[in-house]
Amino acid sequence: MSELLTKLHAFWSALTTYWISLPFAWQLTLKSLAGIVAIMLPLILTVAYLTLAERRIIGFMQVRMGPNRVGPWGLLQPFADVLKLVFKEVILPTNANRFLFITAPVISISTAFAAWAVIPFSNGVMLSNANAGLLYILALTSFGVYGIILSGWASNSKYAFLGAMRSAAQMVSYEIAMGFALVGVLMASQSLNLNDIVLAQNGGFSHWFWLPLLPLFVIYFISGVAETNRAPFDVAEGESEIVAGFHVEYSGTAFAAFFLAEYANMILISALAATLFWGGWLSPVQGWHFLEDTPLAFLVHTSFIWFAVKTCVFLYAFLWFRATFPRYRYDQIMRLGWKVFIPITILWLVLEGVAIVLKIPPWFA
Amino acid sequence: MPEIQNFTMNFGPQHPAAHGVLRLVLEMDGEVITKADPHIGLLHRATEKLAESKPYNQSIGYMDRLDYVSMMCNEHAYVMAIEKLLGIEPPIRAQYIRVMFDELTRITNHLLWLGAHGLDIGAMTVFLYCFREREDIMDMYEAVSGARMHATYYRPGGVYRDLPECMPQYQKSRFRSKGDIRRMNQARQGSLLDFIEDFTRRFPQCVDEYEVLLTDNRIWKQRTVGIGVVTPERALQLGFSGPMLRGSGIEWDLRKKQPYAVYEQMDFDIPVGMNGDCYDRYLVRIEEMRQSNHIVRQCINWLRKNPGPVSLEDHKVTPPRREQMKSDMESLIHHFKYMTEGYGVPAGEVYAAIEHPKGEFGIYMISDGANKPFRVKIRAAGFAHLAALDEMVRGHMLADLVAIIGTQDIVFGEVDR
Amino acid sequence: MLQNYVPILLFLICGFLFGGVLVGAGFVASALLGNRRADSEKQSPYECGFEPFTDSRMKFDVRYYLVAILFIIFDLEIAFLFPWAVSLHRIGLFGFLAMLLFLAILVVGFIYEWKKGALEWE
Repeated sequence: MSELLTKLHAFWSALTTYWISLPFAWQLTLKSLAGIVAIMLPLILTVAYLTLAERRIIGFMQVRMGPNRVGPWGLLQPFADVLKLVFKEVILPTNANRFLFITAPVISISTAFAAWAVIPFSNGVMLSNANAGLLYILALTSFGVYGIILSGWASNSKYAFLGAMRSAAQMVSYEIAMGFALVGVLMASQSLNLNDIVLAQNGGFSHWFWLPLLPLFVIYFISGVAETNRAPFDVAEGESEIVAGFHVEYSGTAFAAFFLAEYANMILISALAATLFWGGWLSPVQGWHFLEDTPLAFLVHTSFIWFAVKTCVFLYAFLWFRATFPRYRYDQIMRLGWKVFIPITILWLVLEGVAIVLKIPPWFA
Repeated sequence: MPEIQNFTMNFGPQHPAAHGVLRLVLEMDGEVITKADPHIGLLHRATEKLAESKPYNQSIGYMDRLDYVSMMCNEHAYVMAIEKLLGIEPPIRAQYIRVMFDELTRITNHLLWLGAHGLDIGAMTVFLYCFREREDIMDMYEAVSGARMHATYYRPGGVYRDLPECMPQYQKSRFRSKGDIRRMNQARQGSLLDFIEDFTRRFPQCVDEYEVLLTDNRIWKQRTVGIGVVTPERALQLGFSGPMLRGSGIEWDLRKKQPYAVYEQMDFDIPVGMNGDCYDRYLVRIEEMRQSNHIVRQCINWLRKNPGPVSLEDHKVTPPRREQMKSDMESLIHHFKYMTEGYGVPAGEVYAAIEHPKGEFGIYMISDGANKPFRVKIRAAGFAHLAALDEMVRGHMLADLVAIIGTQDIVFGEVDR
Repeated sequence: MLQNYVPILLFLICGFLFGGVLVGAGFVASALLGNRRADSEKQSPYECGFEPFTDSRMKFDVRYYLVAILFIIFDLEIAFLFPWAVSLHRIGLFGFLAMLLFLAILVVGFIYEWKKGALEWE
C-alpha cells in the first residue's frame, strides 16, 4: 500500500517537474484545453437533460406524462435519442449547396458552445478573463444566427428558405433592442468583463441590476427568447406554418446539431441573464449576517450553486413560455422590436445616463 | 434586371396545418399570399355513390366517416332524411337522446377545432386540455354504442338502444396504480346519464380554462383579430353556415329557424359575432360549447324523468328484439328481411338538414321505391367554406393562412366525401 | 493581456471540431452500418409531397429591406455606445451630453422613418 503511494508520489512529482519545464505557451494551451473539456462535457450533459426536462415539465403543464419509459423516470431518454439520431441516415437534398448545408449546423453548435469561454461560474472561475467578454458573446450569438440563415438557403427548399428569411427578419428586429439593453448594463457596471459586471452587483438582490434596469432586463430576456428561436418567437421553425422551417431538410446528426445548438443557446441566454441582471454567482441574501451561525449559512456565501439556480429559473421560464403562448407572426415581432423595445430602451438609457451623471443613490452613487 | 416574380408553392397535403389532406397551391409575393388554390379530392371515397348500392341502413356507418369529428350529427341528418321519406317519427325519448348526443358531438367537434386551431397558431397546451375533455365524450360514445368514434347509433325510427345503466370502467394495469383507477372511475360508478351529468358540471370550468389561455391573450388576439374578415353580405353570398356565418353577425341557426327533433323545447341562445374575423368565430364557438352544455343538461333532466321506448315498434323499419326473435316466427322473418334486404322506402325526394357543428349539413335523397336510395347528395358545410378560402386569405401572410384554415374548421372527410 | 484570448481561440476551434465531429459521425455511422439508401424521391427537397413548381433560389421580395438598412445604422450606433457606456463615469457630464446629442440625431431619424412608414411593411 505504502509502496503504491510512494510510486504515485514519485509519478506526481515527475509530472510537476515536467509541467514546470514546459514552455509557457504549452502550459497555457494545455490548461485551456483542460478547462474547455471541463466546461463542454457538463454542458453537453446539461443540454441532454434539458431536452428531457423540457418534455417532462411541459408534459406536467399539459396534464400528460412525458417520456418515462427509458430508464427510471425516463432518465436515459436523452441517450436513447442521441443513439437514434446518430444511426439515422443523413440526407443531402439534390441541388443543395453541400458545403454550406454541412457547415451551417456546425456554425450553429460551435458558436453556442464557444460563447461559454467568458462566462464566470463563480468568482474568477472562468476559462478566459477577457476584458471584452460581453462583446465576444454578442459577436458569437449574432454569428450563430448565420447558421440558421445559411442552412435555410443551402437546403434549396422553399420552406427552408422561408425559414431563413424569417430568421433574418427576426434578427433585424430584436438585436438592436438587445444591444441597447446590454449598453444599459455596461453603463451601470462600467466594464465589459463579465466577472466585473457580477462584482458590480455586489450586495444582495436589491443591488442586482434587474431592479434599476427593470425594463432593460425584461427586454433583454424577451430578446434572448427571440434569439434562441423559442416560442413564442419560433417563427423560423414555425412547426404549423413552414413545417420545420430552416431545418426541414436536415436529418440524423446534422439535425441533432441544430437541436443541441438551440438548447445550448437557451442555457447560454439564461446564464447571461443571470450574470448580467441577477448577480451571477452572488447570493441573493448577501449580508444577512444573522444567518451566519445557523445551518443556513451557505445561503449567504457566493457560490456556483447560486449561478446554477438562477440559470435554471430562467430556463424554466423558457419552457413555461412555450407551454403558454401562441406564436407571433414575424412582422409582429418586428413591430414589437422596433416600435416598443427600441423606444423604451433608448428612453431608459437616457434616464440611466442622467442618474449616473447626477450620481443618484442607491445604485449609481 | 429581372422582375421579382411571385412564386408558386405547394402547401399540403403533407403539412402539419393541412387538417388532413388539404392541398393548396399558393402563389406568394414574399410571404404574402396573392392566391390560394385549394385542390381537393385526396380523401374522396365516393360515399354518395356507395350509398346507392346498399340498403339504407348500411350507409349509416359511412355517414360517421364523413365528418369524422362530429359523427352522430352526420348520422342524424341521414336518418332524418329516411324518416321523412318513410313518414315516421321516432319516439320522443329517442329524439331527446339524439338531441343530447348531437350537442355532445358539437362539444367534441368544437374541442377538436379549438385544440387544432390553437396548435396552428402555436398554443400547444390548449390542445391537450381539449383532448382531456374530449376523451370523456368518446367514453360516452363507447358506453352508448360500443364504438368510440364511428358510433352508428342513430337508426331510422329511433336509436340503436336505450342509454346503458352502467359505465365501462378503467381496469387495473401495470401502468396504473389502484389510487389512479379509483380516481378515474369515480364518475363512472353510476349510469351513463350520471356520467354525462358529472361531465356537464365540470365542463364549464374547463371552458374557462381554455379561455384563460386564449381569450385575453395578447398574442392570440394579434393573431386572430382582423384576420380573415368576411362581411355578412359576403358570407351569405358564399353559402356560409354555422359558426362561420354567425361569426359574421348573421343570426342563423337551423335549431331555431327550422327546429328538428326536440330543439323547440330547448332553452338556448345563438351566439353571434360582430366583425366576422377569426377572433369572433373563436368566441362564437366557445360560447356554443357553453350553450351545448346547457342543452345537454336539459336533456338529462327530461331523460331521467321520462323512461320509454327509444325505437319504433314497427318492425318493417326497426329490428325486433332479440328474445322475441328466438320464439316468434314473424319476428324472425322481420329480422331476416331487415338485416338482409332492408326496407323499401316510398318513391320521392327529400332534403333533411341539421345544424351540424360546422354549419348546415344536409342530405338530399331521392328514392325510387327500392331498398336502396336512387341518389344521395350530401351538403357538407365545410365545402362552401373551403371554396371561400382564396378570398379570405388573399393579402394575408402565410402565418395567417394557417389561422384561417383553422378557423374554417375544415374536415376533409366531408369536403371530399 | 492578449493571452486571455488564447483560451477563447482554442474554445472556438474545439467548438467547430465538436460540431464537425458530430455532423461527421452521422455520415460515418450511416456509411458503416449500410444505412444509406438514398433515392431521388428521398433526396428531393420537401414541398409537402409534391414536385416543386419552381426552383427555390429565385428573386424574393424582401419586404423588410428598409428595416434591414435601418438595422445596420442602429447596430453601428450600438457599437459607438459600448465604449461610451463603459467610460461614462469618467467622462462625466460632457461625455453624456455629447452622446445625448448623437442619440437625439438618431432618434430624429428614427421618428422620421417611423412617420414615413418604413416600419410598416406588411
